[in-house]
Amino acid sequence: MFKETALSGQTTFFQKLRSIDYILIVCILILGVISSLAMYATDGGELLYHTKSHVLRFIIFFVMMFVLSFLNIRFWHATGYLFYIVVLGLLIWASLYGITASGSQRWVDLYFINLQPSELMKIAIIVCFAKFYHRAQINQINHFKNLLVPMMILILPILLVISQPDLGTSILIAISGIIVLWLAGINLKYFIYSGLFLLISLPFVIAFLKPYQKLRILTFFNPDKDPLGAGYQIIQSKIAIGSGGLTGKGFLKGTQGYLEFLPEKHTDFIFTLFSEEHGFIGSLALLFIYGIIIYRVIDIGKNARSFFGKLFCFGFASSIFVFITVNMSMVLGLLPIVGSPLPIMSYGGSSMLATMVGFSIVMSTKIYQKQLIA
Amino acid sequence: MFGSGGDSGYKKLSTVNRRMFIMTAAKLVIFGGIITRLFSLQINENKKYLTLSDKNRLREWRLPPVRGDFEDFFGNKIASNLKVYQLHVVPEQVEDFRYLMIRLRDILDIDSKTFKKILKKRSQQKSWETLIISENLSWDQFAKINFYLHELSGAKPVLSVARNYPYDEKFTHLLGYVAQASEKDLIENEVIKKSHVPGLRVGKIGLEKTYENQLIGSNGIQRYEVNAYGKRINQIDFVEGKKGTNIKLTVDTEIQAQCNELLKDKAGSICVMDIYTGELIAMHSSPSFDPNLFLYGISHDNWNEILNNPKKPLINRSIQGLYPPGSTIKPIVALSALENDVISTKFKVNCTGKTEMYGQTYHCWKDTGHGIVDLRKALKVSCDTFFYEMSRRLGVDRLNLTAKKFGLGEKVFNGTYNEEKKGLIPSTQWKKNVLGRGWVLGETLITGIGQGYMQTTPLQLCLMTAQLANGGFKIKPKIIYDKKSDSYEKIKAEMEKNRLELLSDFQQDDALVDFSLEKKKGDTDLYKPLYRNQENVKFVLEAMFASTNEVTGTSYSSRINDKKYQFAGKTGTSQVKKITEIQRELDLDISQIPYEERDHALYVAFGPYVNPRYALSVFVEHGGAGSSAAAPLAKKLFKTIVDRHEEREKIREKSLMEI
Repeated sequence: MFKETALSGQTTFFQKLRSIDYILIVCILILGVISSLAMYATDGGELLYHTKSHVLRFIIFFVMMFVLSFLNIRFWHATGYLFYIVVLGLLIWASLYGITASGSQRWVDLYFINLQPSELMKIAIIVCFAKFYHRAQINQINHFKNLLVPMMILILPILLVISQPDLGTSILIAISGIIVLWLAGINLKYFIYSGLFLLISLPFVIAFLKPYQKLRILTFFNPDKDPLGAGYQIIQSKIAIGSGGLTGKGFLKGTQGYLEFLPEKHTDFIFTLFSEEHGFIGSLALLFIYGIIIYRVIDIGKNARSFFGKLFCFGFASSIFVFITVNMSMVLGLLPIVGSPLPIMSYGGSSMLATMVGFSIVMSTKIYQKQLIA
Repeated sequence: MFGSGGDSGYKKLSTVNRRMFIMTAAKLVIFGGIITRLFSLQINENKKYLTLSDKNRLREWRLPPVRGDFEDFFGNKIASNLKVYQLHVVPEQVEDFRYLMIRLRDILDIDSKTFKKILKKRSQQKSWETLIISENLSWDQFAKINFYLHELSGAKPVLSVARNYPYDEKFTHLLGYVAQASEKDLIENEVIKKSHVPGLRVGKIGLEKTYENQLIGSNGIQRYEVNAYGKRINQIDFVEGKKGTNIKLTVDTEIQAQCNELLKDKAGSICVMDIYTGELIAMHSSPSFDPNLFLYGISHDNWNEILNNPKKPLINRSIQGLYPPGSTIKPIVALSALENDVISTKFKVNCTGKTEMYGQTYHCWKDTGHGIVDLRKALKVSCDTFFYEMSRRLGVDRLNLTAKKFGLGEKVFNGTYNEEKKGLIPSTQWKKNVLGRGWVLGETLITGIGQGYMQTTPLQLCLMTAQLANGGFKIKPKIIYDKKSDSYEKIKAEMEKNRLELLSDFQQDDALVDFSLEKKKGDTDLYKPLYRNQENVKFVLEAMFASTNEVTGTSYSSRINDKKYQFAGKTGTSQVKKITEIQRELDLDISQIPYEERDHALYVAFGPYVNPRYALSVFVEHGGAGSSAAAPLAKKLFKTIVDRHEEREKIREKSLMEI
């Protein structure tokens, strides 16, 4: 019987191949092509280091994702805590022996790759929570004991990442975690309580912030105050996007980009460059692709029989959404500049690896959607 | 235990699905927000950001405008532009600025003062702005730089243009000169401000300043796309600048050069004018200085030399120098007396060498006296005694009107030279208004021999002589050549017409013509008679002829007998200081008098005597007697002037053909 084979996970490879979500795959591929072209533009229309390594990483991680997709969802469930612990261990390693670049100790040297564990933590936290709530009964979720553990799971990596220091990533990890906690069913009042608590402790947090972080927040409220200093990035990004107009300046013709007015154009500000060259229409198209990806991930979650798969998909879709909107809001001048890459588009191996791992779990959920997890 | 089993499992699923639904709704709202923001930046405010983006990426470099030339009547360039080799450095394109500067200092042998100046300039400008290390490299320096160029990365030898005055000191006062634009130049002149680039040279004085707006030309503009660090990426467009207007002058380089030669080692001025067209043939003030010295900032030593020269080279004596005209005024005094019927040509005075009037003794220049003199002889021998008596009868106010009519006490080039001075022709009204005292009759006597309050410029005397020599008609002096201006023939015909017109008026009703009233100034008077009866003018001109060409005439020794060159003139020796009785007794030789106390020597003349075309004035400051210091210069000059005349007319015909 089909049901039996499904239960035992003995679907044929052909069947598995057929049940892959091709819309999602195509969208990811399109993003890969767009991001490679954007990277080519940041290199000034030459096939230079950033473009080459971005394309190479995309190909490697995409193939990896495709292969990992065939791992049984049970595997991810089984290794959920381990995944989290390994990444946590890497974070601790980074804080002890990590590589320091531009004033922040974020990377660990894994000989074949310089890994940024905080990026992986964005996914690991979702996997971990998905596993935790997969087992939990609805009436036990809001028990004090069952609140304390997730709290610890969330706070530990946040503290580690803040101390690197990397405010942006820690905020994104926090948001990802909190969304999953809320989706899992934790009572809204606890979020309100902690929100109030945060508000009260905000002055102390601000006192704790590094001067450059304070400056960034202040700059956000008034970027024109110091156009050549801290406000420079926001102003130049807005100029680039605004000057793009309806159809953009054309591929490789984004003057703000190739004349180097844009800072960090291949990482956090890749959308700015894209938007300058392809305008409002191009930006809408990019948003549309991201929209489809998020929609597909949610849809896969809906059809998943396992709560683990469902919660992971919902959580992953939501955090991808958060990463996209935070990054875009930032470059559009709606949020302060905090380091946050645009998934797949931005240059950066760890971010891409984490996103691809996420997609492979989503794909595994799709392939094994009928699978129940004990 | 199955997580998805039972009631609890169902409730858990419905919670997560419900919350995901809320979440999705929130996502849509936030996406909507981002799209709205994109729309507002890219569609609504597109123009604003497009402008900002262009402001970011485009930068203009203005090139110095190429200044218009000055040329003389014959087309010789008297102020032009020379190709110069310059050394430029754009600091941001240099890896090690200090090293480069030290290397350049050694190669070019820059002294430490100049070196410090360059470094100071560097600190005052942006790193992408061109720093001019040297504005005028010698060929040796230029060759040396090119030899070492491979190790001087960032240094750029450039071929540029700079003002050049090929005639050195000969046209300095006439043209003026250019120097680096100052803060004041920028404030005073909008055109300079608009075309200003570092190192721009602008006119500081003279014609260079007056015609600045025509001469300056327009900047060439190079528009570059630059990156965030100001580095030029590529040239977007290049607008070639327009050279300033070339200005052709009426002067003759050769005559001007001779004026310079004649006044060598002297302080003074020579002006030569066409008596019909009013064209200035030459105007030189001595001592002069080389205007090229000012181009690259005059050195301290050179500046001090000019400034401390007791003969004051900075003064343009032709139009700025105010001196008593001395006896050169006598033709006007004589004319005024005749025109006002104060005396007749038969009137005689007995000159004993001095005369007592109003309780004071007035001396004639000739102690032994001239005996019985009539007007013609008085002009010829320049008898002061005769003029004392005639002036007494004429009165200063009537003299004032005639003198002003003939161009004295008024600016000759009104507005062409800012530095031009008006001079002074006294009147009783003037003394009352300005000095607040009444006119003393004795003052009339000394005014009648061109002393006292009377002050004129050498150019005014030249104009006066010209307007007498052309038969007594008003002309308009000019220095800028204009093809469209009236020809000699036309002017002459116009004057003849006006002469006949006056003659018929005169015959019709003598009483109605009132010459005591000064006519309104302006071009309407142009070529109109300045006399009442032309016979009076002719009489004066004839007397001037006698003064130069008859024995005992004051400038007899400077005469030319050849009719082709023969000229008529009037000498003048104006006192700087009142001569005391003791000095009169001593009768010192000029070399025995201190320089500052020596008389000014003057001479006005016109020629050729038959059909005159040119008038001139010679002035030698503290030169002594006009007959010995000024008239001989005129003699030398007249030959050249007459010889050049044919050449000049040929050029004029040719230029008229070109129209």
